[in-house]
Amino acid sequence: MLSRTADALFWLARYVERADNTARIIDAANRLAATPISYAGESNEWESALAAAGALEGFKLNQPETSRDGAIDFLGFSANNASSIKSCLGTARQNARAERTALTGEMWEAINGGWLELRRFDGVKMDGDTLSAFLSRVKEACLRFDGSAYRTMLRNDAYFFLRLGVYLERADSTARILDVKYHLLLPEGERVGGGLDYFQWASILRAVSSLTAYRWVYHESLKPWLIADLLVLNEQMPRSLASCYENLTSFLDELSLAYGRQGPAQRVARSIRTRLQNATISEIFQTGLHEFLTEFIADNARLGAAIADQYLT
Amino acid sequence: MPAAFNEMYLPDGRCRPGYEFLKRWLETTPAELFAQRRAEAELLFRRIGITFAVYGAADAEERIIPFDIIPRVLTKSEWQRLSTGLVQRVKALNAFLADVYGAAEIVAAGKIPADLVYRNPYFRPEMVGLRLPHDIYVQIAGIDVIRVDDNDFYVLEDNARTPSGVSYMLEDREVMMRLFPDLFAVNRIAPVENYPEELLATLKSVAPYSAPDDPTVALLTPGPYNSAYYEHSFLADKLGIELVEGRDLLVRDNVVYMRTTEGPKRVDVLYRRLDDDFLDPLTFRPDSQLGVPGLMHAYRSGNITLANAVGTGVADDKAVYSYMPDIVRFYLGEEPILKNVPTWRCREPDALKYVLEHLGELVVKEVAGSGGYGMLIGPASDQATRDIFAAKLRAAPENFIAQPTLALSTSPTFVNAGIAPRHVDLRPFVLSGADKVRIVPGGLTRVALKDGSLVVNSSQGGGTKDTWVLDT
Repeated sequence: MLSRTADALFWLARYVERADNTARIIDAANRLAATPISYAGESNEWESALAAAGALEGFKLNQPETSRDGAIDFLGFSANNASSIKSCLGTARQNARAERTALTGEMWEAINGGWLELRRFDGVKMDGDTLSAFLSRVKEACLRFDGSAYRTMLRNDAYFFLRLGVYLERADSTARILDVKYHLLLPEGERVGGGLDYFQWASILRAVSSLTAYRWVYHESLKPWLIADLLVLNEQMPRSLASCYENLTSFLDELSLAYGRQGPAQRVARSIRTRLQNATISEIFQTGLHEFLTEFIADNARLGAAIADQYLT
Repeated sequence: MPAAFNEMYLPDGRCRPGYEFLKRWLETTPAELFAQRRAEAELLFRRIGITFAVYGAADAEERIIPFDIIPRVLTKSEWQRLSTGLVQRVKALNAFLADVYGAAEIVAAGKIPADLVYRNPYFRPEMVGLRLPHDIYVQIAGIDVIRVDDNDFYVLEDNARTPSGVSYMLEDREVMMRLFPDLFAVNRIAPVENYPEELLATLKSVAPYSAPDDPTVALLTPGPYNSAYYEHSFLADKLGIELVEGRDLLVRDNVVYMRTTEGPKRVDVLYRRLDDDFLDPLTFRPDSQLGVPGLMHAYRSGNITLANAVGTGVADDKAVYSYMPDIVRFYLGEEPILKNVPTWRCREPDALKYVLEHLGELVVKEVAGSGGYGMLIGPASDQATRDIFAAKLRAAPENFIAQPTLALSTSPTFVNAGIAPRHVDLRPFVLSGADKVRIVPGGLTRVALKDGSLVVNSSQGGGTKDTWVLDT
């Protein structure tokens, strides 16, 4: 397949995944911001949301004050933000349009239909109802795209590049969400907090849609180290770093099998995965969660560069 | 201007053969159903993403071409006559090109002025003396024909460079079959869905003689910002070939490769939808970002087939057009089956004089223009526009030809006021391969949706219709 096609597919998947992640981050922040201060504590939820979406710096360039409306506009619609939901889906659609031949009809209809529908929200005031309608449309469009890829695509290199994009983006997103809130996840005893923290922790889980999953896995009240365990090391949890790397290595293996050749991308992915498999959450906390996540984000970017170098140029 | 030929009704109000069922259908189907189906059709086109870009229209990044749900009908015998004429015409086009880039016998015989060929902006000196596989230059032709009476089809223009529109022919049929399955169950309508199959067979048949038995074909597009990009990706998909841009290709030792995830892969045939000027910055426009450096060397070395060949524009020039009847006679020794519209070549002083005196009655076209741009429709123009045009004509008469305002035939069409006759033309697609000439029955019918308008180009408010060739 053409390198340009593979590149477009890889980024198409990344942008759709990014739009979906950002929608979930906004959703969680909106909910936490609406929780009374006596429950949630004083914090600027919108600033955290911007940071988790990797958009805080860009936002500050344009406006010094973080407001709800400003943040929602920047994350959802702003043309100044290449990662706003609108920009993401716009770019994803451009890629899809350029690579129509590599997509199934269902996938194109999902991305094109979703994009056309979202344009209805342009310039509309985002009160609570409209925001939640908008966010569920975004999530539906992304799910529909992902689902149609899963159900209709041939399992060949096109599919593998698409999945690599999904998991590389998702790993990055989960790591960032955790990193923004890492101070809340310090081990018990190091923090005064009590009841206030529950809502903050729940918000982290909500941002990755795994509050219910937590209960099924641990059968416990929310504990910060268990939250970190779930999102970093638990391979059953589809948004965890461990699960993302399980998938990344397996799709890179499929590619090397199809092409009959291994390369740096396979080796980088395998070494990151091995590190995740051998780690325990208590060790991670000992060396520092923030340090661990910073290193992970850099490693993940290195894998992205290796994939680009090996296949996409 | 004579009254337009109505394809559905005879002057006495009776229905022409072939149109009876359509008449019944239009009379018995409730108006609401038609309205509903039209809305569905629009939605289908949007969903599938069949859009095109209009140059110079900033407000509309992407539009869909209006689709009319009333089909245009040709009987089997009408089609047989037309298709025989098309085969003849395209054979003559290919013979003409092989000649002007070869022995130039037609010029020597004095059948066509030398300067019209050699000083033509589309004449490519790079092609002189190059023998192409099977001597085929125009593998894909789109011949625009119009109907003026019961018997005659006129060729309006020959598109021998990169004719477009075939995706609409295919999608119009798909949409009709989804919307009105019953119509297809009762009527025997010749299918068009095998076009991609025929196109692929044609392209493979003209691969370089040295290419492997199963040559690699790719479609070269200028990219997503081109107005016909939808069609490029549609065709690549249907043909099962890679859709490449210039940057995906590289030339090494005069061989063309595409960059793939598994390394460079050799390409044997390029169905290129990129104009000559942009193909190779080393040979043509040096500022072209869309082309492939070295492509022309690979082409001249016989390592790749370009479809259509470079330099075919010299055959579809509107001034050369006027010589087509002679070209047919010269190479084939036959009388042309399809007529030519009478044409005044403004390069000739007598013709120029006549044209200037009759501007209000004529259609004046730029020799190298396309898409309905840069033309004057005399009867629809005002004095000021005509004065401006007259000045242009006097300044560079060789750039213009003029033709009488033809009464394009009409076909029943849905408009706001109901069903009304609207002017139509037809672009059949003619495929010339090493083994034979292939034409799927029908083609793209374009319809001028504005009352009285004769301009069917999509960029000027035209629409399309499904074209039915009856098989009974």
